[in-house]
Amino acid sequence: MNQVAKNMTETKQDTIVEVDGIAMRYEGGVQALKGVDLKIPSGELTSFLGPSGCGKTTLLKIIAGLLTPTEGEVRIRGKKVTGPGPDRAFVFQDFALMPWATVQRNVEFGLELRGMPKDQRGEKAVKYIAEVGLAGFEKSYPHELSGGMRQRVGLARALAVDADILMMDEPFASVDEQTRRKFQEDMLDLLSKEKKTVIFVTHSIEEAVYVSDQVVLLSPRPGQVQRIIRTEIDRSKSPDEIRRDKNYLDYVDDIWAVLRTYL
Amino acid sequence: MKLNGKQIPIVYSLFLWAAIWELVGRYGGLAILPPLSAVFEAGVEMVPTDKFKSAMVVTLDAYFRGLAMAVAIGIPMGFLMGVSKTIDRLIGTWVNIFVSAPLTAVVPIFMVILGIGQATVIASVFLFAIWAIVLDTRAGVKHVNPSLPEMAHSFGASRWLIFYRIYLLAALPEVLAGIRLGLIRAVKGVVIGQLLVAITGIGELFELYSRNFLFDEFWALLLMVFAFAFATAEAVGLVEKRIEYYARTR
Amino acid sequence: MALRTLGRQTWLWKLMSFALFFGAWEIAGRIPISLSFPTFIETFIAFVRMTFNGEFATAYLQTIQPLIIGVAISSVAGVGFGVLMGLWRTMEWFLVVIFIILYASPVAAIIPLVTYMYGIGLTSKVIAVVIMALPLIVLNCYKGVRHTHPSLIEMVRSFQGSRWQEIRLIILPNASSLIFAGLRLGIGAGFIGVVLAELLITPTGIGDLITYHRSVADYPEMFADITSIIALSAVSLTVLLKMEFLVRPETRKR
Ligand SMILES: Nc1ncnc2c1ncn2[C@@H]1O[C@H](COP(=O)(O)OP(=O)(O)O)[C@@H](O)[C@H]1O
Ligand SMILES: [Mg+2]
Repeated sequence: MNQVAKNMTETKQDTIVEVDGIAMRYEGGVQALKGVDLKIPSGELTSFLGPSGCGKTTLLKIIAGLLTPTEGEVRIRGKKVTGPGPDRAFVFQDFALMPWATVQRNVEFGLELRGMPKDQRGEKAVKYIAEVGLAGFEKSYPHELSGGMRQRVGLARALAVDADILMMDEPFASVDEQTRRKFQEDMLDLLSKEKKTVIFVTHSIEEAVYVSDQVVLLSPRPGQVQRIIRTEIDRSKSPDEIRRDKNYLDYVDDIWAVLRTYL
Repeated sequence: MKLNGKQIPIVYSLFLWAAIWELVGRYGGLAILPPLSAVFEAGVEMVPTDKFKSAMVVTLDAYFRGLAMAVAIGIPMGFLMGVSKTIDRLIGTWVNIFVSAPLTAVVPIFMVILGIGQATVIASVFLFAIWAIVLDTRAGVKHVNPSLPEMAHSFGASRWLIFYRIYLLAALPEVLAGIRLGLIRAVKGVVIGQLLVAITGIGELFELYSRNFLFDEFWALLLMVFAFAFATAEAVGLVEKRIEYYARTR
Repeated sequence: MALRTLGRQTWLWKLMSFALFFGAWEIAGRIPISLSFPTFIETFIAFVRMTFNGEFATAYLQTIQPLIIGVAISSVAGVGFGVLMGLWRTMEWFLVVIFIILYASPVAAIIPLVTYMYGIGLTSKVIAVVIMALPLIVLNCYKGVRHTHPSLIEMVRSFQGSRWQEIRLIILPNASSLIFAGLRLGIGAGFIGVVLAELLITPTGIGDLITYHRSVADYPEMFADITSIIALSAVSLTVLLKMEFLVRPETRKR
């Protein structure tokens, strides 16, 4: 990692996630990641950006404890990650909803697994279903919802377990453009209330700059941290203003300049 | 299963089962289950006999004739059901009933109408094989990308050409899947038909061996029939994979 | 899957489809295409008569018993083996090839051997049902369990679900459609097995009725016997299909 990038990550905020010398080699011999070091500040939104196949999902799943790295370790508040934990919740690219369960039960599911009593988890689920804007759909089944709505269910499920760190793997990848923008805005709204650390994977430059405080640029496989960019954008502005903001556009250009060298 | 950290291919489990069979056959004291080695010996002795050869000829004859009829009638039938909603609704119910019906019970009808002989066996092969072919062909035609015939039409292809070139070619993977199922079911049809008729082909042999307690021969014949059924199914499966490779762009 | 399309048709189309089939049957019987081919009406009359004079009842009492016992055994054993094979690699390694071979092979050929072992009683019929039904049920359950969507499993893990929760809350419900389809296939095959056993070895039940009517050349009765067993199997399979929502509630609304 270059010096500039390192300096940029050292901010006043506490670091919540530390990625230390991570390398990942899959069983078939694919080297997905190599020497990844990274600090993720608490209470911010960090996104991983890079060409498809560069190891973004792999890195996210290692932080989530779903994959064990071949080298290095991840620490959360200084404690080594050995598996999934209650401090992290995952939102899946393909939603990972149970088709046989209602929206209500899907949202409750994380709590059900933790053995929370039915009435208690029901209440919580109703609250978060309303927060993601799906009030009234509690009794629907996933196949009756649009892609965007399904992902809202996935988000509600992750929020319901009240983890400090929310991890999202290309949550909007299979959602159409309009829904996607609306969803991005709603998500930012929601997160400003919920005070969470968010790690967000995307391959869209605009999305990364729009939603995150810090963008981690990954190189093509084997993925390494190429640059870390802190995006200083005035988020009090309206979404449309932000998308026309000079800083916003500069960041998009900067990142594009890096990514185009991979082509 | 792993050995010294290496994956053992799953078919090797057959050797293990063969060993178990051999041991149980030798020391299990079951008259009906002779050791596998004795079964193989019986098989080697059996194959060159005239009785076996003529039984095979009769059986294969019934098998391929019945199958050919099932393919020749099943594909057009499924095709019509795929392109015409009316036909689909009129005969769909019956095809769906027959595909899972106890067709064994129908064989006696063939026996009274066609007589106790080869014709009945051919008819039962046909009856067992056809429905899967019809249903899969229908499914294949239904899944044809609608822009394909439109494209052909815009290039001025005649209706006939559209029907045969586009639909049948595009539906080929499903048609083949249906034929594979048909092959498997046809083996069941030929065996069940011959067992019930009991005077021709391997049905007669099965009857003969079990009545005279010739269990070595019985198992040898059974293994050969199983191997034949499995091999035909696998062979079509290979062709299917090839075709699917070409059809992915559909 | 095939039967589902049947369920969607309106009753009018179904009526027409029945009328067409029975009409064609009636005409074929009147020509007649064969001296032993009765008309639909003759068969229907025989069918009604045997329904009410208890002939069917007596026969089916003997046919249904081994069918139910056999299907019950195959279901329990089949789901058990299938699920274990799906969950446990060693079990899969040992059994999957055997069941694939049994699935592709004409296991009916074993029936004469079964008679040698167990005589011509109930046991032989039950075994005939089991050898026909078991491989289908096992392979469907195995497929259902083995093909669980990996991201659903990851989802459970990400919420620290235990392996047992993973199996109970995700893998089994997810496989339930295929398990259910397997049970339907198994029951269909069970019907084939029991009829074959009755035609071939144990002169009882509906199979015996068919054989008897054939031997005395009562063709309308014989056709009625055959129609009854096909109808019984079609009705049982359709009822079972309608009950799928019990395991997969989301299919009820469709
Ligand atoms: N389970 C796996 N086994 C082997 N290779 C894998 C596996 N998962 C991902 N890979 C490979 O690792 C690389 C990184 O994958 P991934 O993390 O999914 O990339 P991204 O999310 O950035 O598109 C890819 O080349 C992919 O093919
Ligand atoms: Mg990815």
